Amino acid sequence: MRKGLVFGLAALAAIASPPAADRAAAAEGGPPLPQLEWTFDGPFGTYDRHSLQRGLQVYREVCSVCHGLKYIAFRNLADLGYNEDEIEAIAAEYIVTDGPNDEGDMFERPGLPSDYFPSPFPNEKAAAAANGGAAPPDLSLMAKARPDGANYVHAILTGYEGLVPDAVLQWIFEHETQKRIDAYELAHDEYLEKLDAYNEKVKSDPSARKPVEPARPEPVESVEDLGLAETSNFNAYFPGYGIAMAQPLYEDSVAYADGTPATVDQMAQDVSHFLMWAAEPKLEDRKHTGIKVLIFLVVFTGVLYAAKRKVWKDVH
Amino acid sequence: MSGFQTNSRVIKWIEHRMPVFSFLDHAVGSGYPAPKNLSYMWNFGSLAGMTLVIMIVTGILLAMQYTAHVDYAFDSVERIMRDVNFGWLLRYIHMNGASFFFIVVYIHIFRGLYYGSYKAPRELLWMLGVVILILMMATAFMGYVLPWGQMSFWGAKVITNLFSAVPIFGEGIVTWLWGGFTVDNPTLNRFYALHYLLPFIIVAVVVLHIWALHQFGSNNPLGIDPNGPQDKIPFHPYYTAKDAFGLGVFLILFAAVVFFLPNYMGHPDNYIPADPLATPAHIVPEWYFLPFYAILRSIPDKLLGVVAMFGSIIVLFILPWLDSSPVKSGKFRPIFRIFFVLLIIDVVALGFVGANPPEGAWLVVGRIATAWYFLHFLVILPLLGVFERPKPLPTSISEPVLKGGGSPMGSGAPAKPMEKA
Amino acid sequence: MADTATTAQAESGETRRDFLYLAAAGMGAVGVGCVAWPLLDTMNPSAEVLALASTEVDLGPIAEGQRITVTWRGNPVFIDHRTPEQIEQARDVEVSELPDPQTDADRVEQPEWLIVIGVCTHLGCVPLGQKTGQSRGEFGGWFCPCHGSHYDTSGRIRKGPAPLNLPVPPYQFTGDSTIVIG
Repeated sequence: MRKGLVFGLAALAAIASPPAADRAAAAEGGPPLPQLEWTFDGPFGTYDRHSLQRGLQVYREVCSVCHGLKYIAFRNLADLGYNEDEIEAIAAEYIVTDGPNDEGDMFERPGLPSDYFPSPFPNEKAAAAANGGAAPPDLSLMAKARPDGANYVHAILTGYEGLVPDAVLQWIFEHETQKRIDAYELAHDEYLEKLDAYNEKVKSDPSARKPVEPARPEPVESVEDLGLAETSNFNAYFPGYGIAMAQPLYEDSVAYADGTPATVDQMAQDVSHFLMWAAEPKLEDRKHTGIKVLIFLVVFTGVLYAAKRKVWKDVH
Repeated sequence: MSGFQTNSRVIKWIEHRMPVFSFLDHAVGSGYPAPKNLSYMWNFGSLAGMTLVIMIVTGILLAMQYTAHVDYAFDSVERIMRDVNFGWLLRYIHMNGASFFFIVVYIHIFRGLYYGSYKAPRELLWMLGVVILILMMATAFMGYVLPWGQMSFWGAKVITNLFSAVPIFGEGIVTWLWGGFTVDNPTLNRFYALHYLLPFIIVAVVVLHIWALHQFGSNNPLGIDPNGPQDKIPFHPYYTAKDAFGLGVFLILFAAVVFFLPNYMGHPDNYIPADPLATPAHIVPEWYFLPFYAILRSIPDKLLGVVAMFGSIIVLFILPWLDSSPVKSGKFRPIFRIFFVLLIIDVVALGFVGANPPEGAWLVVGRIATAWYFLHFLVILPLLGVFERPKPLPTSISEPVLKGGGSPMGSGAPAKPMEKA
Repeated sequence: MADTATTAQAESGETRRDFLYLAAAGMGAVGVGCVAWPLLDTMNPSAEVLALASTEVDLGPIAEGQRITVTWRGNPVFIDHRTPEQIEQARDVEVSELPDPQTDADRVEQPEWLIVIGVCTHLGCVPLGQKTGQSRGEFGGWFCPCHGSHYDTSGRIRKGPAPLNLPVPPYQFTGDSTIVIG
């Protein structure tokens, strides 16, 4: 029994490590993501339909200009609490390409509930061409395609220069300065070795080239010091701190249908919540079923244990 | 034990024409005697079998909905997750089932290592097990490619590229594996075909594995042979009951992961569709390949790295001849036990190394751990066989019971002090 | 071992043990059943298949006497712009003598438009009659070449092995000359 536990724990330790290493790598590259309390967290998590509806509004009015949502069909919006008529109305606001018709031509028509959200660009290359070479990714799975996805999306949307707290900027400046110092020290050690080798070599070969001393590092004290590309926008949480997307959300970018004040943080939260749903619409099903399954299994295993003890009674 | 008996006319009719019932009785029933002192470490074989069944059932149902074409694969998996009834459940069971299959099999293997289950006369049983492990690794590798995410594609690219290290024929082999000039649709399709096939080959080798097992029966925690019927109990109901309980515990852990942490052991990059023009920052295989990945990357030479990686499994094949100690169980081998624990630490360390880029401290640790791994099998085990002084072995499995007198079964014998079941 | 005291104890122990085994087996059966259902249900039509794909058809271009075929849920749908003679033919029938009795009025919303699923109710072939030159059978409707079923101008089975009339799909007029099927 005891050895089993030891093996089991060793195995669990082995499993637990790699994903943690991934998350550490993400954090190591930048400041830790602010951790929000999402209603869908935890074994009893559920989606907040009001937040989902607001998030849908943010997606439709802001994000959908550049980002597709190809795996969500209008009929899926029933999960958000819309009824059939509302869904038909939402679908009908979109134009989708259908066909070919009997003449062999593709034609356009209003959307139906069975249609999927149309992408803003006809294909990847058009998307990249219209956006300075970087195609805006489809958002259907974004919340699962990044470590700690929901927090990541929220962090990106609130990570722009005018939005992010000074403390985070300071963290970045200090870390980047330290990275430059570390790189300099490494380069300097290498330089000293090369210098020794040169000093030896020049005695016999006067044409040998003297190694160049690495420049002392400049401290990073402002966003400009980071030296991001012209086309990049500073973002505290994007790997490398420079994101192609300009800040998409400003105060009152959207006028919420339910009257909630549209602060940047509120919109970021709502659209992140919505994107979590878009990535994992079956989350609630999954957790509810999981509770039932676990309760059954715990009771069942208890019964099996009792049965095992009874069977083994005469051997012990 | 007793011969198979029944009152049912139907069963008698079948049995007379095809003795399947007495066969089952002698294989897993009350007609199959097993050592009475097997611990819970002996549950993992049946757990592995159960996991194999789960993987095949979910796999076939998933195969009904999956499309193996580079333009449709990723989408078909998303359709399974969103539109197919219980598709999300099938996918998460299958995906996490692979991980649990390896957890169970690794524990099963380490049990074998500790108790000397690979020693005579069970060498062939052990080697069949290594064959199953290799087949599992091939199956898992190809299965991971099928969703055609970023890690699917780049993992396939990196690992198939390894074969270019083979002298002279390397490039040709890789082109042959790919069915083209890079990992592309022909590769995906053939991986699908083979991924569907291999599990049934595994089933066949498992049958051989159990056949070989039944030749001499199970090893036991004391590593000494049963002396007679007093050392054995019928598999049914004792071990069927114990295996059922073990299965319950396993299913609780499995369900906890499937329903509440389904993406914990996976990599988020695999939710990005494969892009042959964009390499991910860190290409990482699934956790169960990490120690082998670490060994591969710790050797600076490409060909030698591949040789070392495969060598780490080949070394398991020849283990029965490397470990020359006549004592089976680590229980009576005090020095061996220390090295065994070091091996576990070494393999876990290799796992960590595999998850990180091969730079700096990780590279150093990786190289030491790789060297230690081979040192353990090729040097330490043979030496231990010669120089270790084992503790005295008990005379029999039932020894403490015989001391108390009376028959070992059913008269309230005192609990055995050595092994708690 | 076989004295009465131990027998009595063994018996009640056995009953308790049997109950436990019964409970274990019972729960196991329940568990297997709960697992079996999703495994079977997963093969049922998935959500995007069930999402009623509606087909909209513009009837405007279809001249009187003309027939067209559209696709709905993967099957052909025959749309027949019937002439007054065909409508008369469909009505002038002894309904009780039909193999699958149904009045023409029950099968159309507007009498000049007959809309039926073009799959023979015998074994599933697509009957002939949609294109000019094709046989329409002995009753002016459609003829299934597979096993010789004849359908009339209301799409009802009149002769041959098919048991039922060509089914009428759910549809509605969304304008004077447009319909939505499904």
